[in-house]
Amino acid sequence: MHAEAAAPAIPPIAIGGFTLRSRLVVGTGKYRDYPVMQAAIEASGADCVTVAVRRERLVDAAGRSILDFLPLDRLTILPNTAGCFSAEDAVRVSRLGREILEQLGNPGAGWVKLEVLGDRTTLLPDPVGTIEACRELVKDGFTVLCYSSDDPIVAARLRDVGAASVMPAGSPIGSGRGIANPAAIRMVIDRLKLADQGGSAEYPVIVDAGVGTASDIVHAMELGADGVLLNTGIAHAQDPVRMAHAMRLALDAGWHTARAGRIPRKLYANASSPWEGVITHIPGE
Amino acid sequence: MRIELNGAPRDLDGSPTVADLVRTLGLERAACAVEVNARLVRKSEHAAHPLAEGDRVEVVTLVGGG
Repeated sequence: MHAEAAAPAIPPIAIGGFTLRSRLVVGTGKYRDYPVMQAAIEASGADCVTVAVRRERLVDAAGRSILDFLPLDRLTILPNTAGCFSAEDAVRVSRLGREILEQLGNPGAGWVKLEVLGDRTTLLPDPVGTIEACRELVKDGFTVLCYSSDDPIVAARLRDVGAASVMPAGSPIGSGRGIANPAAIRMVIDRLKLADQGGSAEYPVIVDAGVGTASDIVHAMELGADGVLLNTGIAHAQDPVRMAHAMRLALDAGWHTARAGRIPRKLYANASSPWEGVITHIPGE
Repeated sequence: MRIELNGAPRDLDGSPTVADLVRTLGLERAACAVEVNARLVRKSEHAAHPLAEGDRVEVVTLVGGG
């Protein structure tokens, strides 16, 4: 008579004119081979994956293309501007990515994950270059998802120049350090989503970068993120496919946790069994 | 005629267009995009875009990334 209660369905996420069924977006870099990448994407449940734009390897044009391992009919490709250190280069690379995705007939032609990086050591975003490039790309018709630092003021500026989503870094790309500054991430989310801070509950905030393990995703979602984007945490795990499963479950766990209303933290204990009716001697009473 | 192709010098015969170059590279059916002197040349314009001495050409594709 007691049917197993299903968790409430997690709604799709809307970003600009795009709708994704899964709130987990995964990268396609750093896998030991394409079949493992393909299996990990499948296990993650993601329906959107990021890719980079790079020179065609003219000496080895016979090499297999990543596109042979991405089910383009089921995935929305999100081209990124990784490796760009100026607004100008990010705009160039965005247009090249769009050109390729238009040829492939993939809806991802309409959007871009904008990264304008400050330097190679930190891979932290250059906020000035990111704002400049975002403005230019919006003018050019792109739906722009902006990789950003965890600064709420920069996040609001990006939203103001037309970013369809701001994606604050939990910690540096590939560092696996999780949410280094949860208070800052919370402030970014509040700034963009709370009406009394000029935000809108519908505005999508996706934590991007730094995820090392599943609990980092739970943490991001608990802080109020709408989704999480990661790559290395899956690709460099010892068992990437199993880790992709874990990341998918963590997203769900974090989503429900954020809406279930956690208990306040207290310094001292609060017994779960009643005191009434105890038959024991309680010290001090 | 000498151009710079993906960062390396490349000698081309005659007066090729972008479409000719793409064909020479065997990439006419590949998912790629071409830039000449930092400006995108869309596929529909390849045949009408002549290359010139010293052009900096980039031929790019999609690769794994995050």
